[in-house]
Amino acid sequence: MFRTLRALAMAAPALLLSLPAFAEDAPKIDTGDTAWMLTSTALVLMMTIPGLALFYAGMVRKKTVLATMMQSFTITCLVTVVWMVAGYSLAFTNGSAYIGDLSRFFLNGLGADWDKPFTLGAGTEGAVVNTIPETVFMMFQMTFAIITPALITGAFADRMKFSAMVVFIVLWSLIVYSPIAHWVWAPTGWLGALGAADFAGGTVVHINAGIAGLVCALVLGKRLGYGHDNMAPHNLSLAVIGASLLWVGWFGFNAGSAVGANGRAGMAMAVTQIATAGAALAWTFAEWATKGKPSVLGAISGAVAGLVAITPASGFVLPGPGLIIGIVAGVVCFWSATSLKHMLGYDDSLDAFGVHGVGGIIGALLTGVFAYGPLSADKDHPAGVFIGGMAQLSHQAVAVLATLVWSGVLTFIILKVVDVIVGLRVTEEEEREGLDVVLHGERIN
Amino acid sequence: MRAIAIALAHISHTSLSERVLRTTATGEHARDMKLIMAIIKPFKLDDVREALTPLGVQGLTVSEVKGFGRQKGQTEIYRGAEYHVNFLPKVKIEVVVGADLADAVVEAIIKSAHTGKIGDGKIFVIDIERAVRIRTGEADNAAL
Repeated sequence: MFRTLRALAMAAPALLLSLPAFAEDAPKIDTGDTAWMLTSTALVLMMTIPGLALFYAGMVRKKTVLATMMQSFTITCLVTVVWMVAGYSLAFTNGSAYIGDLSRFFLNGLGADWDKPFTLGAGTEGAVVNTIPETVFMMFQMTFAIITPALITGAFADRMKFSAMVVFIVLWSLIVYSPIAHWVWAPTGWLGALGAADFAGGTVVHINAGIAGLVCALVLGKRLGYGHDNMAPHNLSLAVIGASLLWVGWFGFNAGSAVGANGRAGMAMAVTQIATAGAALAWTFAEWATKGKPSVLGAISGAVAGLVAITPASGFVLPGPGLIIGIVAGVVCFWSATSLKHMLGYDDSLDAFGVHGVGGIIGALLTGVFAYGPLSADKDHPAGVFIGGMAQLSHQAVAVLATLVWSGVLTFIILKVVDVIVGLRVTEEEEREGLDVVLHGERIN
Repeated sequence: MRAIAIALAHISHTSLSERVLRTTATGEHARDMKLIMAIIKPFKLDDVREALTPLGVQGLTVSEVKGFGRQKGQTEIYRGAEYHVNFLPKVKIEVVVGADLADAVVEAIIKSAHTGKIGDGKIFVIDIERAVRIRTGEADNAAL
C-alpha cells in the first residue's frame, strides 16, 4: 500500500541533515491529497451507513430489518471508540512484526503534530512519508476498521443477541482486525515485509470478514426453519440501493488507498469500475444460463463480488486484468453463494463468506498474477516493487492462509468466550417472533 | 360454474331451518338479502366494478387476499435458495344485495372477471340475516 514512498522516506532525513538548502523539499501537507483523503474517508463511511445497512436489511425477513440496520449502525459507533482507544495504535504504530504498540493509546500524541505531514512507521526502515496529516490517515483507516466487522453481521443475521454482538465486535476488532491490519499495512508488519500486496484490503478486510462470518455461521448454527421456511428477502429494492451506495463508496475505499490524489488513485478507480461491471454481468449471465432467469439479487451480488475481488488488486493492475478479475469473481462467487453453500449445508445467511471470503481470495491471488510493476515503482525498484509472477503469487498465498488461520481460529475462540459470558443466540421463541420486537421493542409496518 | 352451483345448493340446504327461525323471530324474510363473495384475479377488479354499477349495486368491499386452487404457484430463487410460492394474490369482493338482484350480480361478475384461463376464481352466494346502516340505523334492504 505505501511502498512507493519508502525510498523517499529513507532519503529525506539524510537530505535534510546534509543539505539544509533543500529544506523546502521536506514533506509538506498537500492540500489536494488531503482533500481527496477527507472525501475518501466520508465515502468509505457511507459504505457502512447506509450502504451495507440497506444492502443487508433488504435481504432479511421483515421481522429483522431494524435489528440488521442497528448492527451496522452500532458497529460504526463501537469501532469508532475502540479505534480511538487502542485499535489504531495496535494496528499502525511500529511495535513488532505482529502487533503495534500503545504509543497512540487514546490517540496520544495526535495533537502534537496535528498540522504536520504524517510518516507511517517513522524511524523504521520502511517508513512511508505521506502528504496528509495523521488525523486524516487515522480517520480513513477507522472507516475500514468499521466496515470489516459490519460485513460479518451478514453471516449471523436473524439470530444473534445484540448484547453478544456488542461484546464480540469489540473483542474481534482488537484481537483480529488490528493485528492483521498491522501485519499487512504497517511498515513493520511481517506480511508486508514478506512482500504480500494488498492495496485496499483484500486480506485485511474481505478474507478476514469472510472467514469470520463462516465461523460465526457454523458456531451459531442455522436459522430456525432453514431449508423449510420461506426466507425470501423482504425488500430487494433496499438491497439495490445499498449495493449501489457500496459501489460508489468503494471509490473512496480503493482509490483512497493511494493515500493521495494521483495517478495510482486514478488507475485504482478505473479498474474498480471495470471489474465491478464485469463481475455483475458475469454473475447475471451465469445465473441466466443455469437457473433460467437473470435476478436482481444476482446482479447486485455480482457487483459486490467484483468490488471485493478488485480491492487488493486496485493500484497494482491495469484495466484488462481488472476486467478478468471481475469476471472470474462474478462466476466463482455465483457458484460459492448458490451451490457451495447448499452443498456444505452451512447457513451463511447473507453470504459474507461466499461473496467476501471467496471474492477476497480470488482477488488476493490474482493480484499476484497480474500486478503491473510500474504502478508500484520507486527509486530503488524502477521496474516495480510488486510484479506479477510465481514469486508474487506465493507471497499472496501466504497472506491468504495467514489471514484465514488467524481470523478463523481467533473468531472461534472469541465466540466461545462470548457464549459463556452472555450467550450468543436468542431463544427459539424470540427468533420466531423476530429480532426487531424482541431485541429493540420496535417493528416496521 | 360447477363450484358455484355446489355452493348455492349447499347454502340453500343449510339455511332452510334458519329461515323458519328468523321468520318467526322477526317477521322478516332473511332470504331477502344475499352476500355475494367473489374471488377474482386482481387485474379484473375494475372491470367487475364497472359491470356492477349499472345493476344498481350501491357499494362493495374489496380485500387483497392470497390462496391456492388449481392454478400452479410460482418459484422464486434467491441466490440458489428456491421457494415455491403456492399462495397467489387474489382480490376478494364482498357485495350484499337484495335477493332479486343476486343472480344478475353473479352473472355480471362471471362475464367481467372471465379470462378462460385457470385461476379466474370463484363466486359464493350466502344468505344474510340482518343488515344495519350504522349512521342512520336503517335496517336490512334499506341499509344496502
